[in-house]
Amino acid sequence: MTATLPADMQATRFDAAGFEALLAARPGEPAWLTERRRRSWEAFEAAPWPSNKDEEWMRTDIRLFKLDKFGPSLGAAESIVGEQPLLSNGVELGGRVEALNGVATLSELDEDLAAQGVVFGGLGEAVTCHSEKLEKAFAREVVSPTYDRFAMLNDACWTGGVVLHVPKGVRIEKPLHAIARMAGAGASDFGKTIIVLEEGAEATLLMETASTDAESAGLHNGTIEIVVGRNAKLRYVNLQNWNNRTWHFAHQKAVVGREGQLQWTIGALGARLAKVNQRVALTGADAEAQVNGAMFTQGKQHLCYNTHQHHEAPYCRSDLLYKNALQDHSRTVWRGMIQVDEAGQRTDAYQRNDNLMLAATARADSIPGLEIEADDVRCTHGSTSGRVDDTMIFYAMSRGYTRQEAVRMIVAGFFQQVFDRITIDSVREALGEAIGQRVQDLPNQ
Amino acid sequence: MSKTLRIKNLHVCVEGKPILNGVNLTINRGETHALMGPNGSGKSTLGNAVMGHPSYEVTDGTIELVDADGTVTNVLEMDASERARAGLFMAFQRPMAIPGVKLADFMRHATSNVRNPDRKEGEGLIPMREFRKELKDKMGHLRMDLDFARRYVNDGFSGGEMKRAEILQMAMLKPKFAILDETDSGLDVDAVKLASESIAEISADAAADGAMGVLIITHHDKLLERNTPDFTHVILGGRIVETGGVELAKELHNDGYDRIRAAYPEAAKLNSEMAEEDAVTV
Repeated sequence: MTATLPADMQATRFDAAGFEALLAARPGEPAWLTERRRRSWEAFEAAPWPSNKDEEWMRTDIRLFKLDKFGPSLGAAESIVGEQPLLSNGVELGGRVEALNGVATLSELDEDLAAQGVVFGGLGEAVTCHSEKLEKAFAREVVSPTYDRFAMLNDACWTGGVVLHVPKGVRIEKPLHAIARMAGAGASDFGKTIIVLEEGAEATLLMETASTDAESAGLHNGTIEIVVGRNAKLRYVNLQNWNNRTWHFAHQKAVVGREGQLQWTIGALGARLAKVNQRVALTGADAEAQVNGAMFTQGKQHLCYNTHQHHEAPYCRSDLLYKNALQDHSRTVWRGMIQVDEAGQRTDAYQRNDNLMLAATARADSIPGLEIEADDVRCTHGSTSGRVDDTMIFYAMSRGYTRQEAVRMIVAGFFQQVFDRITIDSVREALGEAIGQRVQDLPNQ
Repeated sequence: MSKTLRIKNLHVCVEGKPILNGVNLTINRGETHALMGPNGSGKSTLGNAVMGHPSYEVTDGTIELVDADGTVTNVLEMDASERARAGLFMAFQRPMAIPGVKLADFMRHATSNVRNPDRKEGEGLIPMREFRKELKDKMGHLRMDLDFARRYVNDGFSGGEMKRAEILQMAMLKPKFAILDETDSGLDVDAVKLASESIAEISADAAADGAMGVLIITHHDKLLERNTPDFTHVILGGRIVETGGVELAKELHNDGYDRIRAAYPEAAKLNSEMAEEDAVTV
């Protein structure tokens, strides 16, 4: 498989002609999908961009974002060798997918998994051979394609992302891995990822993003839709590691059925500006979701994560912990919401966000929220914000640590609480290392 | 090799307020010194200043390490890390918690730096097997469970656990000079006994090239039973007003500081002012 070169992207834009060019480049797609793309394109053309009058965009200014600097993926030209993935280091994988600028360049799955009916690959390619299965999955609209203008644009113009479908009772032991890369200024990665675990299925999926260089400004506009069936178990890791010039917009939602279990870990290190909606809905009794977030920001990065834990059924548990460390002039926004429907009796829900400020010029907004309609629930939330304490640094120095070593150790310790929850060694190590490298640049305060 | 820790005419301010007003103290390796004094007299300040706490501003005087050949090293020019690597150690009264960092990992890194003062960041640490063996041995002496080393540094430790962890670190770091700041407070009778035995042991075999010089800051004489001070110093109003032998420590423990206050009214007045300010800021 090959992918677009930067030069090709200069010509095409996200306009009517660009949209037609995208459709023309995808002749094998089923009719239902083309129709859906057209509907979403029309909705996109009619809709305004979100503005700071919208509650969830109040703290995230996108006036400097210009869509006409980017173009859709038309799937041509040659592939570029990218950096090694971080999450799969030393891991024996059951399958892997690689993509460049929203087009799959590699797709592998163990034969025995394929024989058991597991589907894993680039969604853009899978949609032609698994049309029927995917039409159903699309129709569920786990993420609403009309939620906002970014969702509409994604639904019309997506090319990348992966599909993972695990049939009833199939347990995948080895982790699956996917990496989406972007190369070249003006490149885009419009992913749509669909993960479905049927009843009793189990899987671990590690996904990450990477830019092939530090300078090129790219655009990611993605959606992730996850369905964890009855008594199914998914461990899902999503590491956002674009370069610091990339725009990252994403709508992500998981629906967890009765007795289903989801462990969802987010690592957010890259992007110039990220605006992510991460939602978990517990729709069957006794469902469980653990959400882990680790963010490290530097320079002038702005990362905004809106999380939502929706308890729609009784006896469900959700536990969210986001840990953010900020240096330089960077800023993070976390808005968390626990919503418990009237049906959500005996809910046990928790949300927490801790921020560690490594510079006086960084800023972290932390806004937890509760909306509870059931009367027999246990919902707690908390947020903390602290600086790297000088007396803590002195204590470590008095034991022979240099100042830099002390700061790096304290930051690592700060993240340990969230790392302790991550049950996948390679993920813990990759996140720890990536964060450690970033702290290296910390100046004396 | 440094032989002597020499403090001359030390003046220290905290947030602009003078706390030490000319302390003179010389500690040779192999000697045990007791430092006693009422609250607010400057005991902890002296320790923190020697260790290089950035909030303790040295406004006058010197702190020096003197080698056997007479070479003098200016401690005031070193940051806390360099002081630790030069062989200075302080067991803190209230050591800081470092959540998320396991005590064993913390000590392995610290020990690697102190034993190899030229170690650069990223260079190898003490081999894990070697470190673990030594740690296990030292913890056994202190009757500490090995699980303890897997807990986060001082995070949720009881008072006694913190003090023990400080002694353990001293045992691993094998300093040349150690300041023990009320290491006996918060310990029950048995724990004090164990602590004082350990200190004596560590002190004796601290370094291949000679025993530790120890400065014990305390209100009680228990810790001193097995660490008989060669010298006892009384600090009042930020100045050492009297120096004696072990009998002075016993006297202060039994009779308190009334005789001292009466003998040095000016320092006593200064001390009560400082203690009052302490009370206000708390």
